[in-house]
Amino acid sequence: MAAAASCSTSTRSTGSVVVAASRNSVTSFQRRGPRASGTDSGCSRLVSIAGTRPSVRNGQLLVSTGLPALDQLLGGGLAVGTVLLIEEDKYNIYSPLLFKYFLAEGIVTGHTLLVASAKEDPADILQELPAPLLDDNCKKECDEDICNHKTESNIKMKIAWRYQLLPKMEARPVSSSRFGHYYDVSKRIPQELIEASKWHGFFLPEKISSTLNLEPCSLNHGYIKLLQFIQNIIYEEGFDGSNPQKKQKNILRIGIQNLGSPLWGDDICWTENCDSNHSLTKFLYMLRGLLRSSLSACIITVPTHLIQNKAIIARVTNLSDTVVGLESFIGSEKETNPLYKDYHGLIHIRQIPQLNNLIYDVSDVKDLAFKLKRKLFTIEKPRCCYNLQNRTRLCGLIRV
Amino acid sequence: MFPELNNLLNTTPDQAEQGKLTLLCDAKTDGSFLVHHFLSFYLKANCKVCFVALIQSFSHYNIVGQKLGVSLTTARECGQLVFLEGLKSAVDVFFRPQEEPHPLQFLREANSGNLQPLYEFVQEALKPVDSGEAAWRCPVLLVDDLSVLLSLGVGAVAVLDFIHYCRATVCWEWKGNVVALVHDSGDAEDEENDILLNGLGHQSHLILRAEGLATGFCKDVHGQLRILWRRPSEPTAQRDRSLTYQYKIQDKNVSFFAKGMSPAVL
Repeated sequence: MAAAASCSTSTRSTGSVVVAASRNSVTSFQRRGPRASGTDSGCSRLVSIAGTRPSVRNGQLLVSTGLPALDQLLGGGLAVGTVLLIEEDKYNIYSPLLFKYFLAEGIVTGHTLLVASAKEDPADILQELPAPLLDDNCKKECDEDICNHKTESNIKMKIAWRYQLLPKMEARPVSSSRFGHYYDVSKRIPQELIEASKWHGFFLPEKISSTLNLEPCSLNHGYIKLLQFIQNIIYEEGFDGSNPQKKQKNILRIGIQNLGSPLWGDDICWTENCDSNHSLTKFLYMLRGLLRSSLSACIITVPTHLIQNKAIIARVTNLSDTVVGLESFIGSEKETNPLYKDYHGLIHIRQIPQLNNLIYDVSDVKDLAFKLKRKLFTIEKPRCCYNLQNRTRLCGLIRV
Repeated sequence: MFPELNNLLNTTPDQAEQGKLTLLCDAKTDGSFLVHHFLSFYLKANCKVCFVALIQSFSHYNIVGQKLGVSLTTARECGQLVFLEGLKSAVDVFFRPQEEPHPLQFLREANSGNLQPLYEFVQEALKPVDSGEAAWRCPVLLVDDLSVLLSLGVGAVAVLDFIHYCRATVCWEWKGNVVALVHDSGDAEDEENDILLNGLGHQSHLILRAEGLATGFCKDVHGQLRILWRRPSEPTAQRDRSLTYQYKIQDKNVSFFAKGMSPAVL
């Protein structure tokens, strides 16, 4: 074929050469792989983990927080190895939602979960996760596949005949490799998704009943147990690569609820000068140490509005990587402000980590409000309703 | 190393001063770019550096260092850089304790903490070697950052003692330099931090203070840098020299300009 092409006249040879090249499917245009500027040689290996993608800014591996709008504000997603701190809103209504989005995203992408709480049993928390919104086409195809599995005829494609040669993609809505999904908060996650997922729960009242012999340390008892639990899971399941028997290529998503609240045995929410002033900050430091050396990402919700000592809030912020604060309008004077009448609260992106980079990374958009609709949690810039009134007044003036 | 900052400070890697304590502090912004500057500066100046990095991992500093033209892995292998990775060592000392003293021993203690093992680590790392091989220029201790020690339960006085000991050994005895970063908590009323900051401020020869703009966030001007030269050992009537510049951080460099003279405005 190629020999015949070379023998032909010059006007025809270029055409056949092109055809020959595309038939061999080796073209000169090769798409370059993701630049491994920010990670070491294991980048190509890491990119293949479902539900992650490398950051366009510094090559850092990112996971989705479960809210694509929040991912965008944080510069693409949450970096693996970092902590996302959510400063709870006053009555703790909206921060559990962000917590649940994070965990639901983990289930949908097949990541391992570690849920820690002092208030609710982790199994109950998982039952209340929002249901993922799947493509309608995807669902229909799935049903049809089940019914018409054998009777699928080989329809010959006439125009897009090249696509016939490609292998058929399986429609698997359960384990999705897409980055960032949408969820329906009015529905619960299907039971089979929870059962198919791998998760570990840490419920403080159960774990703390056993006595243990520890050297006296300024860390709170509950925090020590939680740190040991997390370290155990990371080591046993091979998330830090130090276990020779287990080679793990998955992400561990850790969720800790209401950290620093009195239920964890911490008294920073009661008094200003407390004995265990350093318990929470020490815990956060050790957690950071564990996360930085493993394939995990963590979300923590802290009731900062209850912490009496402002210095501790500053220290907690410095020890976390990404900090997002929620301020709900319930009970505040902003509830009657006409600018905010369509929204439920404000969301402040207080800190974004500066990893592997000199550039000062701050979110461009500063005033953001959130709204919990029946099915969706949205974040947007509050629109000023005064603009419309001003414009009509001006038009009136010009006419006169 | 940022060439513009070298010009402002009137130094080059060849003529680095010795026996000085430099205090870096940041208020309402992130001053870690100063740490990267001094790390690459002293490595290029052929000094032996002991870096106590408590807040970020080794690969973070390495990747930024490569952008600034130094390789931390090479420096560590040939002995020019002694790197204490705080996060990794803390996990080791907390979960897998051993009998021998560890520089971060205070993490296992219940009371206000003793930084003596850390001081001994620094001493061991920067001790001048008597052999005749090519000696490094002068020892340098770099700490990022001291405010984390307060969060870990160490008292402000213990941290001040640690810096005092390091200064006596590194600056005075071995004619080296000490550079430390402290966060200024501003209106967060962190008394311990204020004690630490004021105490170090009185002992330092050079204070570099990175502040966020008073008017808030701006895309073209990331902050303001206040440089203060001091002479702590000579209580003279002369006022200390001070300069203020605004800066913008870019991918591999930081550009400085006089207040209000940002290229975006002109």
